[in-house]
Amino acid sequence: MAEKHKLLEVKGLTMDFGGLRAVDSVSLDVCEGEIAALIGPNGAGKTTFFNCVTGIYTPTKGDILLHPKGLDTRRLNGLKPNRVTEMGLARTFQNIRLFADMTVLENVMIGRHCRTKSGIFRSILRSKGVRQEEQEIVEVSYQLLKKVGLADFANEFAKNLPYGAQRRLEIARAMATDPFLLLLDEPAAGMNPQETAELDQLICKISEQDRIAILLIEHDMKLVMNISNPIYVMEYGKKIAEGSPQQIKDNPKVIEAYLGEETDA
Amino acid sequence: MQGFKQSILVSIWFVFLTFPLMAVRVNTADRIVEWRWMNMLWVAVASFVLSYAWRYMLARKQARNKSEESGQQQGRVQVLLEDMGFRYRAMGVLLVLALIFPLVFDTYQNTIMISALIYVVLGLGLNISVGLAGLLDLGYVAFFGVGAYSYALLNHHFDLGFWAILPVGGILSCLFGVVLGFPILRLRGDYLAIVTLGFGMIFKVVLENWSDFTFGPSGIANIDKPGLFGIDMNIDGSTLYIYYIMIALVVFTILITNRLRNSRIGRAWIALREDEIACVAMGIDMARTKLSAYALGAFWAGMVGVLFAAKTTFINPASFTFMESAIILSIVVLGGMGSILGVILGAFILILLPEYMRAFSEYRMLAFGAAMVLMMIFRPQGIISNIRTKYEYKGLREETDNG
Repeated sequence: MAEKHKLLEVKGLTMDFGGLRAVDSVSLDVCEGEIAALIGPNGAGKTTFFNCVTGIYTPTKGDILLHPKGLDTRRLNGLKPNRVTEMGLARTFQNIRLFADMTVLENVMIGRHCRTKSGIFRSILRSKGVRQEEQEIVEVSYQLLKKVGLADFANEFAKNLPYGAQRRLEIARAMATDPFLLLLDEPAAGMNPQETAELDQLICKISEQDRIAILLIEHDMKLVMNISNPIYVMEYGKKIAEGSPQQIKDNPKVIEAYLGEETDA
Repeated sequence: MQGFKQSILVSIWFVFLTFPLMAVRVNTADRIVEWRWMNMLWVAVASFVLSYAWRYMLARKQARNKSEESGQQQGRVQVLLEDMGFRYRAMGVLLVLALIFPLVFDTYQNTIMISALIYVVLGLGLNISVGLAGLLDLGYVAFFGVGAYSYALLNHHFDLGFWAILPVGGILSCLFGVVLGFPILRLRGDYLAIVTLGFGMIFKVVLENWSDFTFGPSGIANIDKPGLFGIDMNIDGSTLYIYYIMIALVVFTILITNRLRNSRIGRAWIALREDEIACVAMGIDMARTKLSAYALGAFWAGMVGVLFAAKTTFINPASFTFMESAIILSIVVLGGMGSILGVILGAFILILLPEYMRAFSEYRMLAFGAAMVLMMIFRPQGIISNIRTKYEYKGLREETDNG
């Protein structure tokens, strides 16, 4: 099998907060067409890892390289989050961060911001180009809402959506930035089994139809084992294992991390 | 029934508390004690009615909150306002009323109206940074001052006219906003408020003390009124003229702020207000968005500052105190953050009421404070809460047809 094209390549990423090493030289690759998962017990540093990659934190050490197809490699270290998003790497948040007082459609429209360009003066004059662009934003956003199954709620306020729908709206908003890599931070947190099953399908659909690679943090093992390959496991800031779902299931280190050390009788 | 009982208890408690003050009076001249039982009755009735009304309003508010959470139930006014046709008609009527206003009323009324309109523009400007972008600014009056002083000084030294300076004042104030904006980019919430408060204070202190440049506390007098092709106008004429300029400026402001709000930039401002981290993670440049909101807010204050200087023909630092910033902020909060119509209403209420109720001017601040407290308890979203924008999309019709 031919070597797959690496989209994201993280090498020896380290993040210190004062004396605390939250992420300790973690390396990880996400290739084209993959749904990769990052798992680990609470406090393992998964979200910190995400925050480093998306530019919210500047990592202490290591390289974060993005290889967009057909474009030059870019180093993401120290870039502002909005620049990272512009390069095609979008994310969702563990604790939902929607724009509560905007409508569902407007939330998605915000995602289009970095792909459109009407400025202040053109917006004031509201020229034909600007109106066309606005209409395009609306159409694209509406299509995305349809995809995640929220089209009926387009004009509701985001804060009035049920919890599972808010999670899906976050995904739609991230997709609106035209990413080629999507980072999902615990997309199934707080969902019931049926919602989780729907999410499962949605993620597969995004991966297959939109050709977007996905890296997700998740605690729902059923979801992770179902859809993702490879899986990376972190504990205390270190990467302790990587491999296919089966390899991870059988890995003694992983079992130890989740279930505690086996004491000899 | 519960409320009734509690209100009776409240009124008994009030009677007890106010008894020594309201009922007993020792007349030292005649050496007798007067018992004013009538007063007690008034206290009892008034406290009962107020307490009952208070409870009733709170209960209603809670009921409304519940229905809002469960469904779409909105106030009738809100529904009416979301109807575009009604909005256009209402705006047309208001504009006509505004245009014939000076024909019906005298110069005194016009002057009052001009100052109310000045506050409308100030409120709309501040609404951009506070209402839309969520950047609490307690020193907004500084931008107003920049506009006023740029006209006063340029007119004094170089004899430049009103129309030439009107845009210049706006742009200078805009630049001032950008310069002040840079250091506060990292701040948010309370810290931002305190720093802007400080800027406002510094501005006034500089005006008062840099006598060589600003003429200090004595101010600048004999500023030219706006010219109309060199025609000489008496007081009445020029007031009328300024009134119409002001109406035009207000219409211009409404038009542009409305367009900005419903544009890509406006959405970015609102997103910034809602959640800063999510906003940058969605690819919005925070620095640029914040600066543009701050600078555009300042722009209107600068423009209207020029007009203020031209209207009063005399300015000194006393016009640019923290009190003014507070009033403008109150206009925005009272009217409804982010809502253009709300801000206009807020400005009229807060500026015109005190003017027409001069008889009660001693109680002005008391009423002001009470109104604010009541507003925050019963209608924290302002008189008119923000109207959500609805967009037309092609997919909708097919969707509903299919069921």
